[in-house]
Amino acid sequence: MASNPHDESLEALVGQKYRHGFVTDIEADTVPPGLNEDVIRLISRKKEEPQFMLDWRLKSYRHWLTMREPHWAHLRIAPIDYQSISYYSAPKARADGPKSLDEVDPKLLETYDKLGIPLHERAKLAGVAVDAVFDSVSVATTFKERLGKAGVIFCSFSEAVQKHPALVEKYLGTVVPYTDNYFATLNSAVFSDGSFVFVPKGVRCPMELSTYFRINAANTGQFERTLIVAEEGAYVSYLEGCTAPMRDENQLHAAVVELVALENAQIKYSTVQNWYPGDENGKGGIYNFVTKRGECRGASSRISWTQVETGSAITWKYPSCILTGDNSVGEFYSVAVANNYQQADTGTKMIHIGRNTRSTIVSKGISAGHGQNSYRGLVKVLPSAVNARNFTQCDSLLMGDKCGAHTFPYMEVRTPTASVEHEATTSKIGDDQLFYCLSRGISEEDAVNMIVNGFCKVVFKELPMEFAVEAQNLLAVSLEGSVG
Amino acid sequence: MSMLKIDNLHVRAGDKQVLHGVSLEVGAGEVHAIMGPNGSGKSTLVQVLAGREGYDVTAGSVSYQGRDLLALPPEARAREGVFLAFQYPVEIPGVNNVYLLKAGLNALRQHRGLPELDAFEFLSLVREKMKLMHMDESFLNRGVNEGFSGGEKKRNEILQMSVLEPALALLDETDSGLDIDALRVVANGVNSLRRQDRAIVMVTHYQRLLDYIEPDRVHVLSGGRILKSGDKSLALELEKRGYDWVKQEAAAA
Repeated sequence: MASNPHDESLEALVGQKYRHGFVTDIEADTVPPGLNEDVIRLISRKKEEPQFMLDWRLKSYRHWLTMREPHWAHLRIAPIDYQSISYYSAPKARADGPKSLDEVDPKLLETYDKLGIPLHERAKLAGVAVDAVFDSVSVATTFKERLGKAGVIFCSFSEAVQKHPALVEKYLGTVVPYTDNYFATLNSAVFSDGSFVFVPKGVRCPMELSTYFRINAANTGQFERTLIVAEEGAYVSYLEGCTAPMRDENQLHAAVVELVALENAQIKYSTVQNWYPGDENGKGGIYNFVTKRGECRGASSRISWTQVETGSAITWKYPSCILTGDNSVGEFYSVAVANNYQQADTGTKMIHIGRNTRSTIVSKGISAGHGQNSYRGLVKVLPSAVNARNFTQCDSLLMGDKCGAHTFPYMEVRTPTASVEHEATTSKIGDDQLFYCLSRGISEEDAVNMIVNGFCKVVFKELPMEFAVEAQNLLAVSLEGSVG
Repeated sequence: MSMLKIDNLHVRAGDKQVLHGVSLEVGAGEVHAIMGPNGSGKSTLVQVLAGREGYDVTAGSVSYQGRDLLALPPEARAREGVFLAFQYPVEIPGVNNVYLLKAGLNALRQHRGLPELDAFEFLSLVREKMKLMHMDESFLNRGVNEGFSGGEKKRNEILQMSVLEPALALLDETDSGLDIDALRVVANGVNSLRRQDRAIVMVTHYQRLLDYIEPDRVHVLSGGRILKSGDKSLALELEKRGYDWVKQEAAAA
C-alpha cells in the first residue's frame, strides 16, 4: 500500500515531534536509585512527615514486597527494574525551599513558561489556580489566599501532611487502600508529592483548580498522590495536565488519585495527559500506571472523570467510581489516543452499591500508526443497588491499517431491578467521510481534524471551556495527517 | 465555451474495466443528463471527475476550463469550481453541518484570493440559501447529514451547491429516494442555479427529474460507453421504450 499517497502523508505527519521534550538543567537533590526501608525513611524525613505517615509508608512497602506485577492488561511491557529507579528527586532548594513564587528558581519558572503554564498573571487572567509538581516536589501553588478565604484548602500533598495531618489521616487510603494493587501499593510506600484539595461543607470552589505534573530528572519515577475531599454540598472542578522530556529510557509514573464526595457534593476531575509517548520506533516514553478512584460516599453525590489521554508509551488506567450513597452518580468520559507504538489499556469501573445509583460511560478510542487501544470497563451492580442504571458507549476510530482497537466490557449485575446498557462501535476514518470533505474544498489535514474532533465532541463538551480548546489542539498535534 | 471535455476516457476499478472510452463535451450554460441502466458506469464517471481514489484512468483525458482536471487532487478541483452532489451523502457525526460548509466556502475563497467570511456574514448567506431549499433553522445545528432523512440529505447537497456556487456541478442521482414534493423542491433549487457561466451534469435513472430540470442534451451510458446522444426527446423515448433498443442499435452499427 506504499503507493497510496495517504499512507505517505500519514508517515510524514505521524513523525510530528513531541513539543515538550526539553530537559531543564537544574541542580537536583536526588536520592540514589534503589528501594528499601531506609530509602522510605529518608523520603519521609526529607519531607518532615509525622510518624503516622512514615508508618503507613512502611506498612505499604512491606505489603508491596509480597505482591507481583500485574500482567492481565492487553499490553506489552518491558520488564521494569524497580531497583534502578530513583524514588525522590527535588530541585535543589536555595534555603529551605521556596516560600513564594519570587523564591522559585527562575529556571523552573522558565520551564513552566515553555509549557505554557499560567503561573503568574496569566493565571489570574485564566482564573485558574495552579499547583505545579516538578519531579517529586510541588514548586508553587497560586491563588492560595483567595481560595483560603472561601475555606478551600489547595496545596501540595507534602504541605497538607504537615499542616492538615488530621484531614490527611482521616481520608488517605480510604478509597484506594494501601493494599489495592501493585502500583498503588508502591505509590503508597514512596509517593513524593501531589495535590491536596479540601472543600468544606456547602462551599462552591470559586475557581477551577489545576495541577501540572512534569518529570524532568533522568531515571526517576514520579509517584504523586492526589486527594480531593468535597464535604456535604460542596463543588469542585479540578484539572491535571502532564508532560515530560524526551528520553530514550522508559520512565515510570505510578500515581494515585483519591476522591471523596460526601452528601450532595460534586467533584469534576479532568485530565489532559501528554506524557512523552516515545519516539516513532517505540523507544522511550512514560509508563503511565495510575490508580484513580472516587467514592460517592454520601447520598446524591456526583463524581465525573473526564480524560484526554494523548501521551505515554503505555497507559494503564481505570478512573473509577464507587457509588455508595443512594442516588449518587458516576460519570466517565474518555478520549484515548494510541499512535506510533503507543499502547493504551484504559477504561473505568463503576461499582453500584447504593439504591438508584446511576453511571454513564462514554469512551472514545483513537488508534493510529501501530497504536493499540483497549477499552476495559467493569460495571458491577451489587444486590443493594436497587434500580441502579448504567449506560456505556464505547466507540473506536481506526486510522490506517496497522493499528488496533479492543473492547473488554465486564458486567456483573446482582439485582434484577438494574438496567445496564452497552453500545460499541468501531469505525475506520471513512474514506467516504474524507472524500466528502475534500470534495468541498477542505484540505486533508483539516478534514481529519474535523472528523476526529467530531468523534470526540461529546467528551470535549465535558471539559472546562479553556481546556477543551487545549485538548483539541493536543489531539490535532498527536494525530496530524494520520490517515490511511 | 467548453467547460468540460472528456476524451476517450478509460477507467478501471480494481480488476474491472468500468469505462471503455467515454467522450463528452459540455459547454458553459448547458445542462446534460446522463442516463443508463444500473452498472453502466454513470456513478463511476462523476466520481472520477470529482477525484475519488480507487479508480485507475488507463487511457483518455479530461479537460476542465482548458486544464487537465485529472492532474488535480480532489480538494483542488473543488476550489477550482467542481462540485459533486453525492448519491449517498455520508454522515460525519459530531461535525456541525454548517461548520463544514463554512470551512469549504472559506477554502474556496482563500484559493481565489477573496477574504474569508466570518461567522455572521456566513450565517446570513446560508440562511438566505436555506429559504430557497425550504430548510428550517435546525439544519444549522445538526451534524453533517447526521440523522437526516433521504430527502433532507439531497436538499442539503443542493444547499451546499448554492453556497459554493460551482462552475461545474455534477449531480449523482439527486432524484433517487425523493418523494414528489421533495423532488420539486430540489429541482427548483437546481433550476434557480442554472446560469450562463455554469455547466450541470446530472446522472439519473428516470425521466421524471427531467420533467422539472430540462436538459439541453441527453446521453445514454451503457456498458461503459456513450451509446447515443440526443436532445430532451431522447429521454422521453427511453422512458417509453427502455434501454434495450439503444443497445441493439449500437450493436448493429
